[in-house]
Amino acid sequence: MSKMWKKYLLWFAQEHVEFRVSEIESLLSLLRIHMKYQEKPRDLQPYWVVEFSSEDDAKLLASRSVSLRTCLELWGHEPSLEKLHNTLHAKAEMLASYFPPNKSFKIEVETFCRHFTLQEKVEKIETFSYLPLQGEVNLKSPDIRLYYIEYYGTKALEPPELPYDVFFGRWVADGLRQLSKKLSLKTRKFIGNTSMDPQLSLLMANQAQIHDGDIVLDPFVGSGSLLVAAAQFGAYVFGSDIDYLMLHGRTKPSRIRQKKRENDESICANMQQYNLGHKYLDVLVNDFAMVFWKDSLEFDAVITDPPYGIREATERIGTEKEDCVVSDEHLATHVPAKIEYGIPSIYRDLLVFSAKHLRIGGRLVCWFPVFREDYTERCLPQHPCLKLVANSEQPLSKVTSRRLLTYEKIRQPSQSELEIRDISIQDFREKYFVLREETRKERRLREAAVRKENWEKYKENKK
Amino acid sequence: MKLLTHNMLTSKCIRGVNVGYPLSINASDVRVADVDFNPDFISRMIPKIDWPVLYNAVERLGHVEDLPKETPVNYESNEDFLKKAHHALLEVEIIHGELVCPESGRKFPINNGIPNMLLNEDEI
Repeated sequence: MSKMWKKYLLWFAQEHVEFRVSEIESLLSLLRIHMKYQEKPRDLQPYWVVEFSSEDDAKLLASRSVSLRTCLELWGHEPSLEKLHNTLHAKAEMLASYFPPNKSFKIEVETFCRHFTLQEKVEKIETFSYLPLQGEVNLKSPDIRLYYIEYYGTKALEPPELPYDVFFGRWVADGLRQLSKKLSLKTRKFIGNTSMDPQLSLLMANQAQIHDGDIVLDPFVGSGSLLVAAAQFGAYVFGSDIDYLMLHGRTKPSRIRQKKRENDESICANMQQYNLGHKYLDVLVNDFAMVFWKDSLEFDAVITDPPYGIREATERIGTEKEDCVVSDEHLATHVPAKIEYGIPSIYRDLLVFSAKHLRIGGRLVCWFPVFREDYTERCLPQHPCLKLVANSEQPLSKVTSRRLLTYEKIRQPSQSELEIRDISIQDFREKYFVLREETRKERRLREAAVRKENWEKYKENKK
Repeated sequence: MKLLTHNMLTSKCIRGVNVGYPLSINASDVRVADVDFNPDFISRMIPKIDWPVLYNAVERLGHVEDLPKETPVNYESNEDFLKKAHHALLEVEIIHGELVCPESGRKFPINNGIPNMLLNEDEI
């Protein structure tokens, strides 16, 4: 029997737009769904018109997607309302089968980039009165939800008088936008200064193609945001970090109104907060440059946001001193000395580690900071056993951005490929501080001048 | 720290240590947690586990109960065995104690369930 391909409308959230294409492609391959594009997705356009051979495929995709807002079975897509009415009129008989008398319904109106009052929306709905809807209207929990969408482009300040495109369709499924709210950092028990927001964490977990029962590692785990997202999709999670105080929840609190951390703040407590405690394996205090895992251990995915040395320090254990020995009397309370763990070394270690410890087909998903003017794909970290399968940019400032890189392990490394010493990567941190040196100094002088002025005013007032 | 994790850890990166496996355990506080049972996950893990190392670790902690000394054939379909393995791998937790390198005797403390695997600068 030949499959019936039907048209669907995928409506996306206009947030982290850059990540949309790679997320959907990653999910299509993870969930083994066939999807045909009706037209090539355009950058800022919030909708795609696609085809699926079964509605279950559309539902499955929506059940894992973070970028997707809503998926509709598309009944009409025209450049004007008049044409849309003609199309739907012609289909009315076919559509009647969707509306048996015992099914309640609701029509929702969405307008993209232009605002209308409720009254205006109701007037728009009334123009569809010719549809063969037999059931009752039910605004709270209808059996069938229909959508009429008007698209006024993406320039919010100067929308056109009439929409560019109008759509009509039947609601099929929503994406995972609600989940980001549930995992919000605002209500999470344990967070740090650089906790990744849930939206991006979930996107990373999707890039990593996490399956139920996978084993996932974050080697720069911090407060464990990425582990929450991975566990949410069914992974069992390991984390490691060099920061003892962070893993024990003893660093300074990150919330502005919180004076002291609570006694039971930890990554494990976060997992329990979301009923994911059974997915938590362990976290270790560990210097990533020193590998403690046994050679035969394989992870299904490594997802991580390494420190860039700007908001979090890049450190490893070591010393500049020669023949350094920690004496016995100091041993019990000795805090190991640390040296700079430069960005090129961190990424070299991360890629070599992943080449060794991922299963074949397993993915490494990590952020990489770049200067936008210097960026070319050639300046990204590379390893012969890892294939770069996705690369999307998130701007951080005018001159800097970070890129979300997804690598897939394609084969086992040879001995020499595990001993790669040099990966030519520009040290982001070095340039970052060189570029800002002048302005930092200026800023300090300016701030000092303001303080002096205030102090003098204060003295004046006292007299 | 769970015994699944113990099964995966070595101390081979200490200067002068070759194998560093298995780490021995001194535990002062062991707790048994209740973790949801996932038979697929456990049977996927079994081939990755060094079984004698797991057995010895559980024995050392006094939680061996009736865990078999060897993995049975066709363990995938043996739910009774998978439950016992699940218990040993994920439910027995070391809260306080230490891991000891079998070659150098270097101790790694475990506090609040989190092992501290940091070396000092003169050991790397």
